[in-house]
Amino acid sequence: MTPFTVLTGLVAPLDRANVDTDQIIPKQYLKSIRRTGFGDYLFDAWRFEDEGDIGMTPNERTINRSFVLNQPRYQGAQILVAGPNFGCGSSREHAVWALSEYGFRCVIAPSFADIFHSNCFKNGLLPVVLPKETVDELMAGAADGGFELTVDLPAQTVTLPDGRSIGFDIDPNRKRMLVEGLDDIGLTLAEADAIRRFETGHRQRMPWLFME
Amino acid sequence: MAPTTLYDKVWDAHVVGQRADGQTMLYIDQQLLHEVTSPQAFEGLELAGRPPWRVGANLATPDHNVPTERRELGLDGIDDPVALEQVITLDRNCKRYGITEFDITDTRQGIVHVMGPEQGATLPGMTIVCGDSHTSTHGAFGALAQGIGTSDVEHVLATQCLVQSKARNYRVQVDGRLGAGVTAKDLILAIIGRIGTAGATGHTLEFMGEAVRALSMEGRMTMCNMAIEAGARAGMVAVDDTTLEYVHGRPFAPSGDLWNQAEDYWRTLVSDPDARFDASLTLDGSALEPQVSWGTSPEMVVPVSGATPNPDRLDDPAAAEGVRRALAYMGLAPDQPITDIRLDRVFIGSCTNSRIEDLRAAAAVVRGRKVAGTVKQAMVVPGSGLVKAQAEEEGLAQIFLDAGFEWRAAGCSMCLAMNPDRLMPGEHCASTSNRNFEGRQGYGGRTHLVSPAMAAAAAVAGHFVDVRELS
Repeated sequence: MTPFTVLTGLVAPLDRANVDTDQIIPKQYLKSIRRTGFGDYLFDAWRFEDEGDIGMTPNERTINRSFVLNQPRYQGAQILVAGPNFGCGSSREHAVWALSEYGFRCVIAPSFADIFHSNCFKNGLLPVVLPKETVDELMAGAADGGFELTVDLPAQTVTLPDGRSIGFDIDPNRKRMLVEGLDDIGLTLAEADAIRRFETGHRQRMPWLFME
Repeated sequence: MAPTTLYDKVWDAHVVGQRADGQTMLYIDQQLLHEVTSPQAFEGLELAGRPPWRVGANLATPDHNVPTERRELGLDGIDDPVALEQVITLDRNCKRYGITEFDITDTRQGIVHVMGPEQGATLPGMTIVCGDSHTSTHGAFGALAQGIGTSDVEHVLATQCLVQSKARNYRVQVDGRLGAGVTAKDLILAIIGRIGTAGATGHTLEFMGEAVRALSMEGRMTMCNMAIEAGARAGMVAVDDTTLEYVHGRPFAPSGDLWNQAEDYWRTLVSDPDARFDASLTLDGSALEPQVSWGTSPEMVVPVSGATPNPDRLDDPAAAEGVRRALAYMGLAPDQPITDIRLDRVFIGSCTNSRIEDLRAAAAVVRGRKVAGTVKQAMVVPGSGLVKAQAEEEGLAQIFLDAGFEWRAAGCSMCLAMNPDRLMPGEHCASTSNRNFEGRQGYGGRTHLVSPAMAAAAAVAGHFVDVRELS
């Protein structure tokens, strides 16, 4: 996984609450058996005015000019600022793949849905939780475009253009996974002996779980 | 010993230890696999040269993508080449690693969350995962069941562990008994309406109280299924006689001495009387009416006697804007009575409401009646091939067909519309599924979440009606 340390990037504001993963990446694209190819369909029903399907490219589509990500001032944005409960609904990791592939490396919101939040850390996308008032301020700051933030994960700060730094909380273990770009499965397999020991005891305690 | 909750007990029985980075490794007893969220996980295993840790702890079936017509053709019935490749990929991966799969030609094929319990592959006290957020369904058995992303599907395949932090405990106590015509679906919709779609984020819900104890396993599954719509990764119900009676004799369930040993343990899977919960909600089940969602989030729900909200009367401007957006998408006016909403399609199915009891409830309403002429399509999609066979044997299928419903083969179908079953732009659908997000059931489609009986009543009337008034 690509490590995440310090990112300075342009902010795009998505001023909506409860953005669900069906909006982030609609169902018709989940038919793919690959991990890539989702960026073109991020927020598909909002970015485009026509119904898309897998394999279509953006230049075959009718662009919704009023949608925030289609406005010239947000091209190249790497930080998405959104309303509370971002990523609710389906567990589809395709939502995180789509955001990453489109170019986002960080999402800032007052709160995230649990499964989406956990999926972010497996893919080098940093979810930052900040108080609603702060998120509202960032949203307002980004309204005219050209608004850049510096997100420093090791220091756990978001720095505004005026130099103010705002701290954020993050699980220290998940932070380490991202900063060091660790292989999640490799880390667990390093504990294979502990898993085997547990499994042996578990089998003795609950043999009905091991009838295969 | 300090009193503990049901969630605490199942969690504690599965803690392997701490990983070098400090996170908890939780042992997983059962993983369910389907075609949509597993191919990238299997590919990851292959690329890293890692074998599955415990092949026998996995069970697979295709459900999201399979057509519900022309099932007798098997794979040849899938016209969409991209969908076909995905279903074949699941078959191939299961064959390659020796994982048990009920494929598209198997009578036991069905929605993972219907198939697992039906087979006895879901047992009390288990930890269960699946790359699907509605895995919470299995918590009805006193299991800890959670939806996970594809990276975690791969992680569990490779290590039999899920790495996570423990959630907090949230108790939902429902006193009294639900009235006639009021179901588990109405109850969970009312709870979500009350606490919101982020109300239980970071928590595991436990449903308890007289109304929950009185529910069948089907009803408890409906409630736990939609725990995720309240923000909780998992919902649970304590083990009792109802649980054990359901599990006993199922193909994957233990029998004989092993059953007795298991039962002794399963009986302990209840929250201690003085267990501490971090949050709680108490409701009076007897006061509940049938519920109907009017908007684009499951929390946008009102009793059938109610009306859509009026954003002009809301104090919070952000909330008012959300209501305005939802009304505009749904093509509804403020203060519009729910019973004025006319339906274009009716969908009875999904992992929330496609079990035999759901079909019986819908058939009881439909019997001797006809689908209204203004309804373009009404369909019943049983949750599994076995539910379908049972409903045919009980004569339910004929009741639906006589009334003008379509009777389909098992799958997720129009709940998420990945297969050919979907709404057209602007159409209103009475649906027994779990999500009414924009476009969920088809591009531009408008979903109203209801119970099977309410969906059946709406099909007959052509608009929403209180099923209790249809005699």
